[in-house]
Amino acid sequence: MKLELRGITKKFGAFTANDRINLVVEPGQIHCLLGENGAGKSTLMNVLYGLYQADGGEILLDDEVQQFAGPGDAMRAGIGMVHQHFMLVPVFTVAENVILGHEQAGFAGVLKMKEARARVREISARFGFDVDPDARVGDLPVGVQQRVEIIKALSQDARVLVFDEPTAVLTPQETDELMAIMQQLRAEGRSIVFITHKLREVREVADAITVIRLGKIVGEADPTASNAELAALMVGRSVDLTVHKEPAKPGSEVLKVSGLTVLDENGLKVVNDVSFSLRQGEILAIAGVQGNGQTELTEALLGLQQKVSGSITLNGSEILGTSVRSILDAGVGFVPEDRNRDGLIAEFTIAENLMLDRSTGAPFVKAGSVQREYRDAFATEKRTEFDIRSGSINSFASELSGGNQQKVVLARELSRDLALFVAAQPTRGIDVGSIEFVHKRMVATRDAGVPVIVVSTELDEVVALADRIAVMYRGEIVGIVPANTPREVLGLMMAGERHAEETDASAEVSA
Amino acid sequence: MSAHNNNGVVTPAADAAISEVLEKKELRSWKAAIALGVFSLVSILLFLVFPRHGETGFRWSNKDDLISLPTWNTDAALTGQVVTVLLIILTAVVVWATLKTGTLIPRTRRIIVTAAVIVFAVAFMVAFLAWAMVGNNVPVTGLLLGTVSLSVPLIFGAMGGVISERVGVVNVAIEGQLLAGAFCSAMVASLTGSPWVGLLAAMVAGVLVSFVLAAFAIKYLVDQVIVGVVLNVLVTGLTSFLYSSVLTKDAATLNTAPRLSPVAIPGLSEIPVIGPVLFNQSALVYVMYIVVALVFLGLFKTRWGLRLRAVGEHPKAADTVGINVARTRFWNVSLAGAIAGLGGAYFTLVSVGSFQKEMVAGAGFIALAAVIFGRWDPIRATLAALLFGFASNLQNVLAAVGSPVPSEFMLMLPYVVTILAVAGLVGQSVGPAASGKPYIKG
Repeated sequence: MKLELRGITKKFGAFTANDRINLVVEPGQIHCLLGENGAGKSTLMNVLYGLYQADGGEILLDDEVQQFAGPGDAMRAGIGMVHQHFMLVPVFTVAENVILGHEQAGFAGVLKMKEARARVREISARFGFDVDPDARVGDLPVGVQQRVEIIKALSQDARVLVFDEPTAVLTPQETDELMAIMQQLRAEGRSIVFITHKLREVREVADAITVIRLGKIVGEADPTASNAELAALMVGRSVDLTVHKEPAKPGSEVLKVSGLTVLDENGLKVVNDVSFSLRQGEILAIAGVQGNGQTELTEALLGLQQKVSGSITLNGSEILGTSVRSILDAGVGFVPEDRNRDGLIAEFTIAENLMLDRSTGAPFVKAGSVQREYRDAFATEKRTEFDIRSGSINSFASELSGGNQQKVVLARELSRDLALFVAAQPTRGIDVGSIEFVHKRMVATRDAGVPVIVVSTELDEVVALADRIAVMYRGEIVGIVPANTPREVLGLMMAGERHAEETDASAEVSA
Repeated sequence: MSAHNNNGVVTPAADAAISEVLEKKELRSWKAAIALGVFSLVSILLFLVFPRHGETGFRWSNKDDLISLPTWNTDAALTGQVVTVLLIILTAVVVWATLKTGTLIPRTRRIIVTAAVIVFAVAFMVAFLAWAMVGNNVPVTGLLLGTVSLSVPLIFGAMGGVISERVGVVNVAIEGQLLAGAFCSAMVASLTGSPWVGLLAAMVAGVLVSFVLAAFAIKYLVDQVIVGVVLNVLVTGLTSFLYSSVLTKDAATLNTAPRLSPVAIPGLSEIPVIGPVLFNQSALVYVMYIVVALVFLGLFKTRWGLRLRAVGEHPKAADTVGINVARTRFWNVSLAGAIAGLGGAYFTLVSVGSFQKEMVAGAGFIALAAVIFGRWDPIRATLAALLFGFASNLQNVLAAVGSPVPSEFMLMLPYVVTILAVAGLVGQSVGPAASGKPYIKG
């Protein structure tokens, strides 16, 4: 089925998320929609899927104008979507999720589950998925959940399939498998829209590429275009994708983590017997698919986790079991994974956010009252130093873009005398310009002699920043390897495979 | 998940490994063992340290029953001793099963613990009744009949709560729905002379309260708990005002409702003990049986239930497959109100025959507790409501014979049971994921 979007415009208040967008996807084609976070890709797809109503323009399927009042209409017209955040009910079975919304039912609305199971088996057999229709979705690994999403779309016989950032939660190997599935769907003559911001994937499967920036189409590119060309289109200027850094000059050992185990509220070991050490002037990147214990590990370093055992020593003194306050005072800087929830207070101004961790005494607070002049002078200085683009230091954190919010967090955390800097997903959801800035500051921090731990699920970022890479899988570190380890090896480690080099690498570390 | 061959190329494994279910570890929970231990200590205290001597009779049938069972006469002290030993053994069994968590098959372990807890509860109750009512007869049938009577409004309320919470709206307004149902059914039944029209009026009244809850919670996104609490206060105030300013002015025409009398089901009602308790009831109780069965089957076997639960668990997922979240919530909260309203009618059309100020007296909140205790499952919620009903009735019966336990203490019983239940003594309570959260599109 041929999909055509003509002049789609979508506004949220004064903000134009999509500005007269035209797009044609031919049957049997994988069309890539490439753009930075916040460029308007997802908005456009939500318009296509009937979740949003467009303010202008029209959607055509096989040259017929469509009117979608809601996702139900879009589904009936033959559009299926694999959502970035899976639209699956965790407590339902696979079959229940697949039939939801278009259930076959008999007398008094009694569901025909037997037919539903057969349908799931049939589709999964066609693609070699082997998904159990009676499995509870919440119990399945994310890669399988994504397949349930695909089955859900195909059970409605979707002729146009939209994949919204489908690789964000996958290991590199799972990504390869997904690419193969997309190619199989293409071979069946379906039209595929593939939304992503990862250049590598685009060039692998795309038949056509449309680049979108700030809600507008800024160009089309050929799949043979180089990464630099695509990146320049995406960002609007030429960008340097490589991180420039000198080889690490590791000094003395600062951090030693041994036998660290963290239990979650259900008593499960989310971090399982993790040991590593870190020296001055090096960056240890922690790679892994999201949800393999990285969050809990970094939170344990700051003393935010309750049920912990093992040992964490910073410059020789034990910090495990002490308060967050004393760990901060010991010089740990921390950029949390979710800056909106844990990094900033949205209703506070930039100046207030910048002094959040220093409300205990001079120079920010004297005799119990905040020293406004000192605070504002400090904020003004940091705003310039960290290039925080905002109206003023009195702008609310909620008014800033993701990249500028992250700079506020960085400015706060890097403005103390640090003994250790921990950054969890420091570039998630921020623009390329800010990513460059964040990377530069992290390398600068390392060069200043501070050991840095960076957690990232983006393999590109891991490889670019790391001096050494630790890969986590199901709460364990499956290996610590040098930064020049081949990607395929890292990919396998992210899927839990222990690698031979692990022993060499750890020997090197302990030497 | 994948195989790594010699060339370093990754190929997906052909076999089933992909859909392996993530392993789950069973957690050891000491709640049951601790609870049984505490009650064992209580029984040692009551039956061994402060035993009461004499005979207690357990009366299983009334004089005019077709099949008459003999009364069991037991020696209170001896019963207490035997039961205490049994309770200690059961506690030991549960402790053993808890220690074996992980080695026993989870299902087997659960069955052992559940069976032990049930036997424990029954045995403790027998010994307690024998102890508390020495020298009297325990009217077993009467005790159970009263339990059902007191539970009917709770069960209707709990069904309203289950539906509402399962669709994603916290229903604190059950109390208000019961009260509105009680008021309207009394007035309309009195005016029309027909209890059936009264039942209809009760449903309408419940729906009206639900409309307000639904409008504020779903359309205006006001905090659902706050709307619910305010509604309860509003309905209490409104019915009290109308009662004193309207109903009492002409009680004969406005507040003298024809009552639904018990209808014995031929055959079934002759079964000893169960018959008179379950099958010699008013029509409203039979309606209740049907409602519980329909809610259970509907929730888990039909399209209606699947969509309802999807909206309560993950409204956005429901939205993306074309289910109208706001409409589903609105009509199901209304349905919940209608069912709770029926429960209110039980007070006026079956129990009392007229409306009294604030006559619901907290039943709505106990029903809400039954929903949570019953883990949002219609059958379990019904059983929980019956437990609360039993606790209330026990207090009535003991007060009547003048038991050694102070009646003020016994008055607390249903609420103590409620608190223990809601505090999660009987297991983890995880409700519908999106319950209480307004759905904002986009």
